[in-house]
Amino acid sequence: MSDVLLQMSGVSKVYGRGEAEVRALDGVDLVVSQGEFVAVMGASGSGKSTLMNIVGCLDVPTSGDYWFAGELVSRMTEERLAQVRNRSIGFVFQQFNLLASLTAWRNVELPLLYRHGGERKERAVSALAHVGLQDRVQHRPAQLSGGQQQRVAIARALVTDPELILADEPTGNLDSVSSQEILATLTELHRNGRTIVLITHDAAVASVATRRLGMRDGRIIDEAVAA
Amino acid sequence: MNVLRTFETALRGIGAHRLRSVLTTLGILFGVAAVISTVGIGQASSDTVNSRIASLGTNELTISGGSSLSGGVRGGQGSVATLTMNDVKGLSNRLDAPDISAVAPANQSSATVVNGSLNTTTTVVGSSDAWLDANNKTLANGSFFTSGNVTKHALVAVLGSTTATTLRASVGSMVTLASTPFTVVGVLQSSGGSGFSNQDDQVIIPITTQQDLIAGQGKIQRIVLTSTSAATLGSAYAEANQLLLQTHHITDSTAADFSIVSQSTFISTAQSVTNTLTLLLASIAAISLLVGGIGVMNIMLVTVTERTREIGLRKALGAKPGDILRQFLIEASTLSLIGGILGVAVAFGVGVIAPRVTSIGVDITLVPVVIAVVVAAGVGLIFGVYPAARAARLTPIEALRAE
Repeated sequence: MSDVLLQMSGVSKVYGRGEAEVRALDGVDLVVSQGEFVAVMGASGSGKSTLMNIVGCLDVPTSGDYWFAGELVSRMTEERLAQVRNRSIGFVFQQFNLLASLTAWRNVELPLLYRHGGERKERAVSALAHVGLQDRVQHRPAQLSGGQQQRVAIARALVTDPELILADEPTGNLDSVSSQEILATLTELHRNGRTIVLITHDAAVASVATRRLGMRDGRIIDEAVAA
Repeated sequence: MNVLRTFETALRGIGAHRLRSVLTTLGILFGVAAVISTVGIGQASSDTVNSRIASLGTNELTISGGSSLSGGVRGGQGSVATLTMNDVKGLSNRLDAPDISAVAPANQSSATVVNGSLNTTTTVVGSSDAWLDANNKTLANGSFFTSGNVTKHALVAVLGSTTATTLRASVGSMVTLASTPFTVVGVLQSSGGSGFSNQDDQVIIPITTQQDLIAGQGKIQRIVLTSTSAATLGSAYAEANQLLLQTHHITDSTAADFSIVSQSTFISTAQSVTNTLTLLLASIAAISLLVGGIGVMNIMLVTVTERTREIGLRKALGAKPGDILRQFLIEASTLSLIGGILGVAVAFGVGVIAPRVTSIGVDITLVPVVIAVVVAAGVGLIFGVYPAARAARLTPIEALRAE
């Protein structure tokens, strides 16, 4: 059994108060070990985006405990959360979220700007090479296809060598060919030992993961481990 | 994130929105250029006024008669004739007033002088033969009228160089003044004045004749005198004051029925006038700088709103609130600083072009340049705080969700 990377016990997230109260997460218990490839599935409104925000240290739970790499996230300051996001988590978004004014390598370099250490260009270029974009280093997002843009985003997630890759509907804006490429890239990252949490509403996408969780009404309802 | 990288990021942010950055910069640019140019114009006109006044003579004193007081309203100095020829004689006494070198009465009025078909309206001065020395003037042609001419109420005149040119008159010409024919006996050397107090446009006639024709018997409006040198002006002032108080039987000097002014009084008055004008212009310019600052704030707010997603992304990737705050603050103050530096360049351009195209001089000095640039950067910093703080406060989730 490998080491536990993240652990949630009784995590709830409540938005609003009184009549307008929305319980986006309702007592979630979850353990993800290092090296796992977990897919979280659910319809919109099931709470999977809220779960992703909390897993990604973008938000803190209203109640319950969440440990990331042994540290209690629920008690972290905003500064410390930023530091954890920067060092330990690589984000891949549905909208790619690349800055249009920056070239591919400048986009990949972004997380490195918020930490110490040099050789930013070398690291950014090697991360791009890792996703097969070594000849697109100086291209701007508008000059790249959707699949290529998402691969730039994956390179940006990898450049800090994080403990967790968190992908939120990474293929949501892509055609089927590009989607297959992105999923193949994620599968390969997993094969190389990377921990990945993938959020999606698409069962076909979730099927590449080794472990699948279903969500409904803020709760995890079933779990299926791939063969 | 260290300062250098923040700067790099801020500069790239500016470069990514060139048109907007240029427009923002323009506001600051004109503000700074306006401040520096107006202060420069004020400086130059103050210098011009000083040098013109200094050219009028630095060892001259002018004594004016008392002012009238009717119904609590005080008239101008000299509106009551309290000065007499006796005072002129008293002041001319070398024993009582050793530091006074020349004394002359001066009655001034405006009159039309005619020479054949030509005429001009000019200042007519009634004075004595000492006028030339008491005013530091010299003759170009002919001679000045004598003390004999004064006693005999002679119809003789000395013309200023401009007046002589205008009337095409020379020594020996006959000119008509107050319906009376005068013989021109001399023409003054040009003293180079200009404007409303042109020292070259005047006619000097014997004071006795002037009193007969214009002022009335025995009246003296002013006495002009020179000290032996510029250094003795102060003691000449004291001697004149003492003598007049004695002869007018006044014990309380605050109740004096005369007043003495020197050119230095004029200089300080003129200086305070130009200083006030400069201050006024500079405050208007400062307001335009303020408006430029508000422009910076406006653009930065637009920028923050427009770049909400970028801010959210940066935060998700590990930017701390302080990193975002610094990025936008540096962006705002860099914009203003660039505007400030360009504004200095424009002001220098104005300083070179304005004196050639117009008669306005511009003296650009270091202090207003430094102040304007520092203030410009400060304006960006101050007006950047609010937008930057708004950017820093955004939560990454909400910011990422923005369209």
